[in-house]
Amino acid sequence: MKLELRGITKRFGALVANDHIDLVVEPGEIHALLGENGAGKSTLMNVLYGLYDPDEGQILVDDEPRVFVGPGDAMAAGIGMVHQHFMLVPVFTVAENVALGHEPVKGGGLLDLAEARRRVKEISDRFGFDVNPDALVEDLPVGAQQRVEIIKALSRRAEVLILDEPTAVLTPQETDELIAIMRQLKESGTSIVFITHKLREVRAVADRITVIRRGKVVGDADPSAAETELASLMVGRSVSLGVAKEPAQPGDATVKITDLSVIDAAGVRQLDAVSFDVARGEILAIAGVQGNGQTELTEVMLGLQAPVAGSFTLDGRELVGRSVTDVLRAGVGFVPEDRTIDGIVAEFSVAENLVLDLHDQPPFARGVSMNPAKVLANAEQRTVEFDVRTPSVHAPAGTLSGGNQQKVVLAREMSRPLRLLIASQPTRGLDVGSIEFVHSRIVQERDNGTPVIIVSTELDEVLALADRILVMYRGRIVGIVPGDTDRDVLGLMMAGVPLEDAQAQAATHHTLLGEADLEAEQETASPPPAPVASTPTPQPDEEAGE
Amino acid sequence: MTATTVAPPAPAPEKAKPLAPISWKAPIGYGVVGLISLVLFGLLPADGQDSTFVLSTSKDFFTIDPITVPAKVTAIVLSVIALVLAGISWQATRNRRKVGAWLPVVFGIVVVLAFLTWADAGKSSPLPLTGLLQGSLFLAIPLVFGSLAGLLCERSGIINVAIEGQLLAGAFLAAVVASITSSAYVGLVAAPIAGMIVSALLVLFSIRYVVNQIIVGVVLNVLVVGVTSYLFSTVLKADASTFNSPPKLPTIDIPLLSQIPIVGPVLFRQTILVYIMYVVVVLLQIFVFRSRWGLRLRAVGEHPKAADTVGIKVNRTRVRATLLGGAVAGLGGAFFTVAAGLAFGKEMTGGKGFIALAAMILGRWNPVGALAAALLFGFSDNLQVVLGIIGTPIPSQIMLMTPYVVTIFAVAGLVGRVRPPAAEGIPYVK
Repeated sequence: MKLELRGITKRFGALVANDHIDLVVEPGEIHALLGENGAGKSTLMNVLYGLYDPDEGQILVDDEPRVFVGPGDAMAAGIGMVHQHFMLVPVFTVAENVALGHEPVKGGGLLDLAEARRRVKEISDRFGFDVNPDALVEDLPVGAQQRVEIIKALSRRAEVLILDEPTAVLTPQETDELIAIMRQLKESGTSIVFITHKLREVRAVADRITVIRRGKVVGDADPSAAETELASLMVGRSVSLGVAKEPAQPGDATVKITDLSVIDAAGVRQLDAVSFDVARGEILAIAGVQGNGQTELTEVMLGLQAPVAGSFTLDGRELVGRSVTDVLRAGVGFVPEDRTIDGIVAEFSVAENLVLDLHDQPPFARGVSMNPAKVLANAEQRTVEFDVRTPSVHAPAGTLSGGNQQKVVLAREMSRPLRLLIASQPTRGLDVGSIEFVHSRIVQERDNGTPVIIVSTELDEVLALADRILVMYRGRIVGIVPGDTDRDVLGLMMAGVPLEDAQAQAATHHTLLGEADLEAEQETASPPPAPVASTPTPQPDEEAGE
Repeated sequence: MTATTVAPPAPAPEKAKPLAPISWKAPIGYGVVGLISLVLFGLLPADGQDSTFVLSTSKDFFTIDPITVPAKVTAIVLSVIALVLAGISWQATRNRRKVGAWLPVVFGIVVVLAFLTWADAGKSSPLPLTGLLQGSLFLAIPLVFGSLAGLLCERSGIINVAIEGQLLAGAFLAAVVASITSSAYVGLVAAPIAGMIVSALLVLFSIRYVVNQIIVGVVLNVLVVGVTSYLFSTVLKADASTFNSPPKLPTIDIPLLSQIPIVGPVLFRQTILVYIMYVVVVLLQIFVFRSRWGLRLRAVGEHPKAADTVGIKVNRTRVRATLLGGAVAGLGGAFFTVAAGLAFGKEMTGGKGFIALAAMILGRWNPVGALAAALLFGFSDNLQVVLGIIGTPIPSQIMLMTPYVVTIFAVAGLVGRVRPPAAEGIPYVK
């Protein structure tokens, strides 16, 4: 099936999310749609999938103009979509989720679950997915949930499959499996639109690449193009792909976590005897697939949750059992994982958001009232220092872009003298410019001698920032490894494989993307990093490593 | 980086893992109630009095003679059984084991029996056990219909706190139509229409105008009270014989089944409304969980966007479910007038719609569960009536509180961790 988008334009108020976009997807090709966060990729695909009405433009299927009023029409035309946030009902079984919307029925409108199971089984067997049709979706790991989404699309006979940022939640090994699935689908004649901002993946699988920037198509590229070339096309200027940082100068270990355990209300052990130290002047990155205890760890440290056992000391002071206020006063800076919910108060102005934690302290407080002049002066100074692009410091923080919201959060947390900085997913959903800024500020904080803990599910980010990497799986520490550990080893550890086994496996069986890394490194004539030596080899700087 | 020496991540040696703190709420509750029962019903009362239970009616296949027991001894034995159950619960909690649903059920029955033994001690009138159960089912009717209505709406993601108003509207229209046509059955047909009208307003405001669903529901309750009270004071009072003298639905005996002792008269000597109720509970239990309609209904209430992406019309599904829910609640409203054989009175539903909401939660958004919860509340309601008749040592004002106290304790104590439909109360706007 040939799919063509012609002159698609979609506006949201004054914002033009898609500006006359043309795109042709040929039958049986993997077409990558490359662009940074906020470039308009997802909007375009939602237009194609009938979730948004385009303001202008046409969708052509096999050269026939079509109008999709809802997703039902798009599906009927043979278009399937795997959304970035899975569209699965967590309390339904796999078979029920796949059947939803086109359910096989027996007499009287009763579900024919045997038929629904058979459909899942058939597709699952054809592609070797190994998915149990009777499993509840909420009990499945994200990789398996994604396969359920693919089965869902294929069971509706999708001929064009849209994958929206499909690798964001996967380990490198899972990504590898996904790439294999994509190739298999391509073999069987399905076209794939692969939406991503990850250059490495695009080069590994795409047949053709269309680059989008600020809602416009800025060009087509060949998969053989160099990463730096693609990056500059995507961002619109040349970018350095790594973080410039000096080797860490670790001082005393002032942060000590001992045997922290958390059991949630359902009796699940979310944190299981977690112990580690962080030294002044080093960045410890906590890597792991989402939902393996990272959130609980940061919330316990901040005092938002109570552990059933264990201790957390900062500069020798026990902080478990203290209030959040006490923890903040002890010098902990915290960048929460979801800035829109926990990081800012969207209706408050930028100036107010910048003093959320200090509003009751001099100079911002004056007796029972606040001192607006001081709050404003602070805001003017911080917005300049942290490059917050806002029409005014009185603008509601919720109206800023994601990158600028995150800068507000960082500016607030770094405006106190810190004894520890904890940042969860500091660059999730940000554009490249903001990512560079946030990373450089974090490194700067480290160089000031602050211990820093970064929680990230993005291996790229972990590898770019970390001096040491702690890998978590199901609430336990799988291992603590040097910052230059091979990404395949980390990927296996994120799936719960212990360090030694992970090194052995990674050495014999590299992922596609890992191999691409190796080749790139060999070109720059450095020794291959695998297997990870216990004494880390000096690495070429990140730019060459990428 | 090279400056740091990395210690090999030695696996932590196996040691005793910290466990979640044990919740002693349940065994303490059982123990306290069991002790109160032992002291109050068993040890304190004077010796030598008897209690009599009547177990059958004259119409049954074979009649069972009324059972007379010595009150004090029986109450002590029953209370001791309750304390043994509390002990089992304590033991299980200490060993972190789960006990089945049988324990609270048996415990409840035992304590209630101890209470009844005490309440009837030394009374000349025997306690009609069959009548007590029959009346419980009767009083549970509006609660069952109300909780099923709430369930239908909430499973689709719309919170319906207007059940009270829907019951009242159903009661009103059933009374008026039955009076005018002189037919209880026509009144029964009219009742759902009134409930649907209230539901139509609910969806109009909560879906079309995206107003907070709880606020709309509360306002609708007040609106229905106002409208029916106004019409009652003006039209219905002016000519009560034409507009407000509904005939009563006849009781229909199901042959054979109705003659089984104890159970027969309770379940099968009822009005058509009760038989409709059985059918609705069974149909909903099957269709909500096993049909295409039910799968879509639940998908819309759990993850509307996922439903939308597979081509299900979210708001249309919600409107239909809410209208159907309104019809079910309206039908339940007919209980107050045509089924009970009473004229319509101002605010005659008396908060039953809210207790129905509690029954829905206690029943975990599940038709059979809602039925069981409604029966529990109906029983506590009727107990108060029956004890009022035979006369007990407890002041009647306190007895009147029973159904509400039972509701609060049941919802707070027995519910435990339940998971409502994930998207309930959240409007779906593209």
